[in-house]
Amino acid sequence: MDYVPSTDSELEAMLRETGAASYDDLVAAIPPDLRHPKLRLPAPMSEIELAREVSELAYRNTPPGQALSFLGAGAYEHFIPAAIDHLASRGEFYTAYTPYQAEASQGTLQVIYEFQTLMCALTGMEVSNASLYDGATAMAEAACLALNARPGRRVILAADTIHPEYMQVLRTHLSGWETEIRTFPSSAATFDAAALVKAADGSVAAVICQNPNFLGRIEDMARAADIAHAAGALFIAVVNPLSLGLLMAPGEYGADLAVGEGQPLGIPLSFGGPYLGFMTAKKELVHKMPGRLVGRTLDTCGAPGFCLTLQAREQHIRREKATSNICTNQGLMALRACIYLCLLGREGLREVAEYCAQGARFASDSIAQIPGFSLAHPGPVFNEFVVACPIAASRVCAELEDQGIFAGLALEPFGGAANHLLVCVTEAKSRPDIERYLKALAGLAHRAMGRQVGIDK
Amino acid sequence: MELMELQPLIFEKSRPGTRAVRFPAFAGDGAGLDQAVPPALRRKSPAELPELSEIEVVRHFTRLSQLNFSVDTHFYPLGSCTMKYNPKINDRMAALPGFAQIHPYQPSATAQGALELLDELEHLLCEICGMDRFSLQPAAGAHGEFTGLLVIRAHLAAKGQLHRNKVLVPDSAHGTNPSSARQAGFEVITVPSLPSGQVDVGALERLAGPDTAALMLTNPNTLGVFEARIRDMASIVHRAGGLLYYDGANMNALLGLARPGDMGFDVVHLNLHKSFSTPHGGGGPGAGPVGVKAFLDPYLPVPRVKRVDGHLVWDHDRPQSIGRVRSFAGNFGILARAYTYIRAHGAAGMERNSRAAIVNANYLKSKVRGRYREAAPGPCMHEFVVVPDEAIAHGVKVADIAKRLLDYGFHSPTLSWPIRNCLMIEPTETESRDTLDRFADALLRIADEAAADPEKVRSAPHRLPVRRMDEVAAARNLDLRA
Repeated sequence: MDYVPSTDSELEAMLRETGAASYDDLVAAIPPDLRHPKLRLPAPMSEIELAREVSELAYRNTPPGQALSFLGAGAYEHFIPAAIDHLASRGEFYTAYTPYQAEASQGTLQVIYEFQTLMCALTGMEVSNASLYDGATAMAEAACLALNARPGRRVILAADTIHPEYMQVLRTHLSGWETEIRTFPSSAATFDAAALVKAADGSVAAVICQNPNFLGRIEDMARAADIAHAAGALFIAVVNPLSLGLLMAPGEYGADLAVGEGQPLGIPLSFGGPYLGFMTAKKELVHKMPGRLVGRTLDTCGAPGFCLTLQAREQHIRREKATSNICTNQGLMALRACIYLCLLGREGLREVAEYCAQGARFASDSIAQIPGFSLAHPGPVFNEFVVACPIAASRVCAELEDQGIFAGLALEPFGGAANHLLVCVTEAKSRPDIERYLKALAGLAHRAMGRQVGIDK
Repeated sequence: MELMELQPLIFEKSRPGTRAVRFPAFAGDGAGLDQAVPPALRRKSPAELPELSEIEVVRHFTRLSQLNFSVDTHFYPLGSCTMKYNPKINDRMAALPGFAQIHPYQPSATAQGALELLDELEHLLCEICGMDRFSLQPAAGAHGEFTGLLVIRAHLAAKGQLHRNKVLVPDSAHGTNPSSARQAGFEVITVPSLPSGQVDVGALERLAGPDTAALMLTNPNTLGVFEARIRDMASIVHRAGGLLYYDGANMNALLGLARPGDMGFDVVHLNLHKSFSTPHGGGGPGAGPVGVKAFLDPYLPVPRVKRVDGHLVWDHDRPQSIGRVRSFAGNFGILARAYTYIRAHGAAGMERNSRAAIVNANYLKSKVRGRYREAAPGPCMHEFVVVPDEAIAHGVKVADIAKRLLDYGFHSPTLSWPIRNCLMIEPTETESRDTLDRFADALLRIADEAAADPEKVRSAPHRLPVRRMDEVAAARNLDLRA
């Protein structure tokens, strides 16, 4: 099936009115032997057949709800209020283009302006853009911005506790640039301040830290910012926006740029995307920011309204001299985040963040009580922590998967120890959920110890 | 359709103490919050978010939506953007819990359907484009360009040819082309166009040489004309040792009609939010898959879906890969929509799409011919460019015509690109003859108005919630947040 409203005879009649003798006349510029290739595609389907066929693929996946999931690591299961799906699926938002025609796009423009305002409030920063692809590319764009803002300095200095995928994206993103990416080490899963002081020399354009970091630990961001600034570098904070209902905001510790993954703000997990990269900054960096910005202005009659602004930074005006090549971004995801923050309000955001912190604390304390299990890196966390397991973490995951539980992320493929498991708790987990998980871990520990005893004999 | 009147900012509607969503407190064991996160690590003052009830939030955003033109409500002939209808079944499929709720790191055994979808989509896109492999990771068209250019760079590096540091870009190309080339570490060389809008092949021949990495080409080009000498261009670039890059922005003209892979392109990016009907969402999310010929496969981003003993898994072990360009697996929800769309159509539906898109564009062009000068005479593909000489002679600018079209209930075409003072019109295949007739009438009426009452056109729009926005003042007096 297709979605062409015209019948074949209507198309034929329109074709005749163009003056062309045949459709082939219209496409005559295409060399004949290139025309009408025989495509080997599956047969067309009616909507009901299509729904059946595609649903079949969806049914072969196990969503949380069927499984009890403690997976996080940059993509978080959170409750999504019903009003978000309802509002974000309105065709007037959903099927509009980038708001280049301001007068016909005041809805989208006001949403972005409100999003920019909310992100500034959340991060404590002065300006926000309209969105970037995801947290990893937002971090990479922030690094590019810093290199442009600190000409002559060509080193990006990143904590080794940043999400490994973010670091991979950063390396790819800067691979065509004359830059160097250096990492500075951590001790006990948080960055090593002395090492940072040593590494932060006059060649460093920006220091990047993530909070909470990949291993879940809360970093001393104020200290990192001070060290970066003492070296004349910018400080880039990579943050989980939902954690800012509780944790110190980047603006409070003097970050120059705050970036991150906006997925926790009302965006479904969706196997990794579409998500929402965000970037907020100090005011003086606004002319170097990538992506779209919406400004409030007046119309010719003096009435207030909105339009895209500072477009001279962008690729469609500046071409190869643009601050970034980004064009299409994640507008609809910014809308979701905007609605989420408005529905929760200041109290709701605080509540959900506190739930995560308390739930994670309860789960980590309880797991540490299970014989054979311990916390790999004890200390303050927000919603994630690393467990040292008595057996390989991948085996823990496999055994619990059989019980319908996703135990967490085995860290070995991410450069961690073989028995290290990254466990995430959000408000999507009730206390009974966590208790079921604890019981499963205890059972596994019991069996593992039993085997151990058996071997010892 | 009348639009809603302007709304106050949501912050002005905030009433302290009001709530839409509440969360239960964690039923813990008495361990206080201070024990979980010491006060020194916490924010000093709460984030100043607005406080409203659910109905207030719902009304606010519903009313804001009603301030927009959109494909669901208005004809949206924005050239080069392919604002076609977005079938609703695609959204329903992407929202199935088995897709929308799955975690990117869950065990692959529990995500076989999702991996199967990605694997099948890759094959479908290869078949439609005549390419050998696709990476589905890039999040948008520009991101795809950047990825494709890094793939070219990796290939050149592997051959010891990094001295090839120039990317040729026609002057009519999208701004993302030179910008992506620059970001990927190349120098940009502009290739001039002929007055007809086609690439100046003679100039290309002079510019292509031992330092050429690639030519980036949009075909049909941004004037809506198929580059008939595509094979000559391909052989010029290949003979010089460079690669041919296809910008898929205008792929909607070629679905089922011709394949970039058959024309000699080595790298292709698609905009799934254009040709494959995933919604634009007011500026994304999109998806920009990158297709390559087999010799470039080793350089595609990691991870890739791989079949091992009948089981699909993520393959990270590809030493020549350019690396990752995005976290996780790309914009999966968008990929699921595009997959659904392709499966609905099959080969016959794809061909019918491009045919209707091309007939619609030529039909509309014929309706305004005489009053609007064609930038490229002769048949067009899926879009066309006209210059309103008559109106301009009366002191009316293309932007004025665009604003006046809004009064008539039509979104504006793309303006002043790829040539000055032009309208770039792309009706797409999903518009009926009746809509095209009404739009043509509006364009003709505006041409009349420009002669009879130019001020009326110059001061448009008159029937929208706002008059023309002062963009100069917006940039001068920056107001980016409340």
